[in-house]
Amino acid sequence: MNDLLAARALFGVSLVFHIVFAAVGVSMPLFMVLAEWRWRRTGDPVHLDLARRWAKGVAILFAVGAVSGTVISFELGLLWPRFMAFAGPIIGMPFSLEGFAFFAEAIFLGIYLYGWNRAGPRLHLAAGVAVAVSGAVSAFFVTLANAWMNAPAGFRVDFAGNPVEVGPFTAMFPPGWAHEVVHVLLSSYAATGFAVAGIHAVLLLRHPDHAFHRAALRIAFGVGAVAALLQPVSGDFSARQIAQTQPVKLAALEGQFRTERGAPLRIGGLPDAEREETRWALEVPAGLSLLAFHDPHAEVRGLGAFPREVWPNTRLVHLAFQVMVGLGSIMAVVAIAWIVQRARRREPGPRLLRTIALAGPAGFLALEAGWLVTEWGRQPYTIWGTMRTADAVTPVTGLAAPLVAFLLLYVFLGAMVILLLRRQIAHVPSAPEPSGAPPEVTR
Amino acid sequence: MSAPDLLGGVILAALVLYALLGGADFGGGIWDLLASGPRVKEQRALIERAIGPIWEANHVWLILVVVLLFTGFPAAFARISIALFTPLVLLLVGIVLRGAAFTFRTYDYPEDVVQRRWGVLFSGASILAPLMLGAVVGALAAGWRAGSSGAGAGHWLSAFSAATGVFAAALFAYLAATYLAVEAEGSLRDDFRRRAIGAGVAVFVCAALVAAISAREAPLVFEGLTRRPFTLPLHLATGAAAVIAFVALAKKRVRAARTAAALQVALIVVGWGASQYPYLVPPDLTVRSAAGPRATLVPLLWALGAGALLLFPALHLLFRIFKGERPFAIVDRPRTR
Repeated sequence: MNDLLAARALFGVSLVFHIVFAAVGVSMPLFMVLAEWRWRRTGDPVHLDLARRWAKGVAILFAVGAVSGTVISFELGLLWPRFMAFAGPIIGMPFSLEGFAFFAEAIFLGIYLYGWNRAGPRLHLAAGVAVAVSGAVSAFFVTLANAWMNAPAGFRVDFAGNPVEVGPFTAMFPPGWAHEVVHVLLSSYAATGFAVAGIHAVLLLRHPDHAFHRAALRIAFGVGAVAALLQPVSGDFSARQIAQTQPVKLAALEGQFRTERGAPLRIGGLPDAEREETRWALEVPAGLSLLAFHDPHAEVRGLGAFPREVWPNTRLVHLAFQVMVGLGSIMAVVAIAWIVQRARRREPGPRLLRTIALAGPAGFLALEAGWLVTEWGRQPYTIWGTMRTADAVTPVTGLAAPLVAFLLLYVFLGAMVILLLRRQIAHVPSAPEPSGAPPEVTR
Repeated sequence: MSAPDLLGGVILAALVLYALLGGADFGGGIWDLLASGPRVKEQRALIERAIGPIWEANHVWLILVVVLLFTGFPAAFARISIALFTPLVLLLVGIVLRGAAFTFRTYDYPEDVVQRRWGVLFSGASILAPLMLGAVVGALAAGWRAGSSGAGAGHWLSAFSAATGVFAAALFAYLAATYLAVEAEGSLRDDFRRRAIGAGVAVFVCAALVAAISAREAPLVFEGLTRRPFTLPLHLATGAAAVIAFVALAKKRVRAARTAAALQVALIVVGWGASQYPYLVPPDLTVRSAAGPRATLVPLLWALGAGALLLFPALHLLFRIFKGERPFAIVDRPRTR
């Protein structure tokens, strides 16, 4: 395997792994706080039990997220030293601010997890809120750095190829930052909400009327459904932004080779870069023009309008995009079914529970696919139009060895996390032991 | 003071805090492995209680160092990442396994077999990480020549970097033992007090070894240890802190010992930084030549100042909740008076 490919694979694997824990770190603390808040308001012991068990889940997932995030921060230099030498001063600001958000997350999570008996009730709940907020703030800052890679701003390249006239605050909010940040945050809540709800739906099918799992489902799917309903709106916003700022990416993800007015929206299909056409797609006439520019006659620039050497892998990008949009649409439909049921004040029946269980993994699959869309869609560049991935890679050779080592490490960690989480929720008593006294905390 | 110098100072301060806080967590892992005597279980339980709520926050100091390095000194970050690729990857493996194994142990079955299995991984990784961290610092201070083709495996490992690796592990174990002595009571306190004295001796031996090897392999460090303007005051201050720590440990004044030990370790880290100055990556990259544009450095320093206003009160709250009313007190409050 050549070293560039190994570097891309290692970084990709590291992010595919970390992104799950990052998304959970954004949204799971919110679920946990909502459960505790409900307990404090109603005194319902089921919600206390829920908050405590979710907190244990957060502890496990956050620890793995913290260490896998550390790997990423080092790998930026280990794998892409030339990229960092160039981009560090330009996009270091959001990373530095993210560092403080991460500090807040770690500090208040420590207080939350170990402070059930040591911190007062208000401080404890406030610590949980601080974790939830700083998790979202972390994601906000990190996504800004990625938005800059997609549409770089805030610098000029001099004759020697070095960045000059660096404006860190211009770089921090590059064109299109808002849509990417919103999309990423919503995806975290939707993916985690669906995954957590999916697990509890499975358990509810096995133990109907289990109060613990009902409460869990209400909170997790409540958050997940709202996010999943908002996500198509945010996706539309993203598509229009990308049409302006990253036209090559738009053309690749839609499989649009020719520049045309009234471009169709392609559902499915397989782009063929050699023949410059996308075959076997279901075409909605003028659909793409309508979605990307809100005008059925708008001209969409196809890949043909750009030199072939800046094309990404059209097949991968288009397929990943179809997976993301397809799963996202299914999630929105399930969310509507849930909201209708809740509006009628009915508990979800077995059919809806089965659907929610099936849709459980959809959020994370869509999230990973969406991340691949934005990364593959930017290739061959690391910094769009400025630095190619091949020019960013480290001169260190033999990268297959760390690739294999980290792959094994991630498989091991992933398996252990699943095993331990299973144990936390698989055998929950339907009614927790009645106790008016403050909970004795065993971690 | 110029912006690059100021940022370099902030990075050094973050490294000091990482050594004092994150380092001690690794040290705790080392004592988990070396737990012995009639109170093995109690020792391990104390270590777990002491580290549990704070290790993740303590770990963020390292992330801050990395982020500040690539934002403020991008050329140095790139150079270090290429030349010290192997020890940095091994450091990461240690960091990942330490954190994961510690957390998994906490939430896995309480049976002895299961706990011990995670404990071995946790403590093994707690040794690997400081060894690699120390080796990275040693290789950096020794000033290798990073040819663009010659970078990679092998170059980082020398007698000097091996010695600094062991030195770092000894320092972290020493810190952890003095901290744990404060948090323990009764005979458990004596266990860690004795361990602190033993580790203190190891620190002294390692320091002598590092100094001796530096004469041959790390000219910058050797010069810093022998003939720079700051040499004598630094030696005197470090030596005084070490002596106070020893006397306090012997007299069972554990809080005073903890403060003196922390001061001693902080001075050692600062001494390394001062010896290297003005070089960030010897032999040629200086703090100034590796620095990013001023347009980045100045707002970054302001952002750090603002961040510190939020960070330090939050950290203080964390330590007050888990380490008692007076988390950083120097004086042992007499129990009978």
